[in-house]
Amino acid sequence: MTVKTAAGAPAKKGFWGWLNKRLPVEDFISTQLTGYYAPKNFNIWYFFGSLALLVLVLQLATGIFLTMFYKPGELTSFDSVEYIMREVDYGWLIRYLHSTGASAFFIVVYLHMFRALLYGSYKAPRELLWLLGMLVYLALMAEAFMGYVLPWGNMSYWGAQVIVNLFGTIPGIGPGLVLWIRGDYAIADSTLNRFFSLHVAALPLALLLLVALHLVALRQVGSNNPDGIEIKEKVGADGKPLDGIPFHPYYTVKDVVGVGVFFVLLAIVVFFVPTLGGLFIEAPNFEPANPVSTPLEIHPVWYFTPYYAILRAVPNQRIGALLLLLAVAAFFFLPWLDRSPVKSMRYRGWMSRSALALFALSFVVLGFLGLQPAEGLYVVLARIFTVIYFAFFLLMPIYSRLDPVKPVPERVTYHAH
Amino acid sequence: MPTEVRHGAARLRADRAAACALALAAVLLSSTVPARAAEQGAAGEPAVAKEGADWESWHADNNVADLASVQRGARNFVSYCLGCHSLKYERWSRLGTDLEIPGQLLQQDLLPPGDKSTEYIVTTMPTTDAAVWFGKTPPDLTLMARARGRDYLYRYLKTYYVDPTRQTGANNLALPTTAMPDVLSEVEGLKRAVYRDVTTRGEGGQVSHSQVFDHFEPLAPGRLSAAEFDGFVRDTVNFLDYVSEPTQTARRALGVWVVLFLLVFTWLGWLMKQEYWKDVH
Repeated sequence: MTVKTAAGAPAKKGFWGWLNKRLPVEDFISTQLTGYYAPKNFNIWYFFGSLALLVLVLQLATGIFLTMFYKPGELTSFDSVEYIMREVDYGWLIRYLHSTGASAFFIVVYLHMFRALLYGSYKAPRELLWLLGMLVYLALMAEAFMGYVLPWGNMSYWGAQVIVNLFGTIPGIGPGLVLWIRGDYAIADSTLNRFFSLHVAALPLALLLLVALHLVALRQVGSNNPDGIEIKEKVGADGKPLDGIPFHPYYTVKDVVGVGVFFVLLAIVVFFVPTLGGLFIEAPNFEPANPVSTPLEIHPVWYFTPYYAILRAVPNQRIGALLLLLAVAAFFFLPWLDRSPVKSMRYRGWMSRSALALFALSFVVLGFLGLQPAEGLYVVLARIFTVIYFAFFLLMPIYSRLDPVKPVPERVTYHAH
Repeated sequence: MPTEVRHGAARLRADRAAACALALAAVLLSSTVPARAAEQGAAGEPAVAKEGADWESWHADNNVADLASVQRGARNFVSYCLGCHSLKYERWSRLGTDLEIPGQLLQQDLLPPGDKSTEYIVTTMPTTDAAVWFGKTPPDLTLMARARGRDYLYRYLKTYYVDPTRQTGANNLALPTTAMPDVLSEVEGLKRAVYRDVTTRGEGGQVSHSQVFDHFEPLAPGRLSAAEFDGFVRDTVNFLDYVSEPTQTARRALGVWVVLFLLVFTWLGWLMKQEYWKDVH
């Protein structure tokens, strides 16, 4: 009796055959890599998904080594980080890779999300893919926030104080909730230790699970592309999409180039400007947490500052916190707010295009404003751009319907090199 | 470059003793010494025009790759700072290795008596006493160059001036009402701050007068000339820059090779991608 694989080919002999009889390695490769057809017209925006996965692996690997030497505790955290920086062989490299990796993660994820907005990747049939991606983003925000507290520098301490206090604005349960999160009446040793636990165990597990689901959902519906055309609708005689190419080897070798460029940029930061002028590691964090001395300006790390600017744009703290929540939550509703018959910006009209351009601008400007003191012109600008930020979502059902769209071609645009 | 250290070696012990005495004197006689100096200086030669007027734009411009400068900075630190301040994350042996100071010289001239070279660089001043004497415990300086910046340290060490209203007899432009006495006055000499009147008109039209710093006026010369003292401070800041991240020179040196390797890797990867993608039409 000959054993057949799922693909119908006769089973191989030797160890490979023995293994595949017990574990579907070959099936996995043929269905997920060599037999998975991706659109051939991916452009530069399509590097960021694989790069996000790469940074996740980088953070897990460097994080495992940091955990070997890091000692959570209000008397030990700061010292153990300096011990890693000075006395552990290449500890400085592991730590800078991890701290730079956190910022790189957000750069890559923000570009990945912008790609989805640019080519309508959240629209049917990819709504669930988008929602799972947003859950990854939420888990990543929690992971990054708690990780930032661990070095127990003064900005860690006061940043945590500000962000945890936001939960206190929830009517009724707020004050009790804040106490429950901190485990003390202030950010303290108990807070630090639970954040450590969540940072190294709970949230990485959640991230891995959500990323796995995100990838399974992607394989189910297939990748979108810059033209926003479903390649599955045009298949050849062999049943393969005419505009698709096997993910492996074509996109694996292409991603190698993306990985190379990404690593060059990462290495330039890690080896030559690891704090990036105080943007990736802030100067007050070289002083130990001090509950009686605040840094001159308290603000979160750059990747949270768009939301922080929105929070501070409103005089009422409770409404500010609500807007902050809505600013993140709004992304979840995109698949249903967007009424355009067309996915990609390539075939949308001036309304959708200018709305997206204004939104991207407001996100960047708010990010800048969140790093500035909340006074004078900065507050006025923060209010203007907060309105633009929310108008993008709230008015989307209107402008995406009125938008003069162009006809979408039958096949993807691709020029062979 | 241990010669740099050896030159200063003979002076080191005397310097350390002098620094201890100075720290004590600063505490005990703080209000009287500078006041008297101020009286003497008033009759001295005219000040150099507008000295220190641009202090807020001063830069340390130090170079941690300049080993001789870092060595001189280490000598300055041991002579003038270690009496009160620690570098609690740096071991003597690490300092010796990184600064290429031979073990024997390190033991002889830098280490406090009885300390082992594997120990961390910690001041012998008891923290509780220090808190009583100065009103606050002198901060650990290991990471100060990263926390406050090199330029800040440079400006701080160069903008001390005589102020009889202060308990220590000295004040500072970069850190007003600083608790630290003017420890370097013996090296730099004494100077006083000259203010000018500024009249501002508020939104409601009300006129208010205030005094802002204009320039420094020397009162008494120190052991070093102005240019020499500038070098002294720059070396000291350079040392504090080194100590805030001892791996930084190695980091940059390794970075060049890593980036070069990655560029070659990326180029090869691109060639491979081009080869594969020839099939895609």
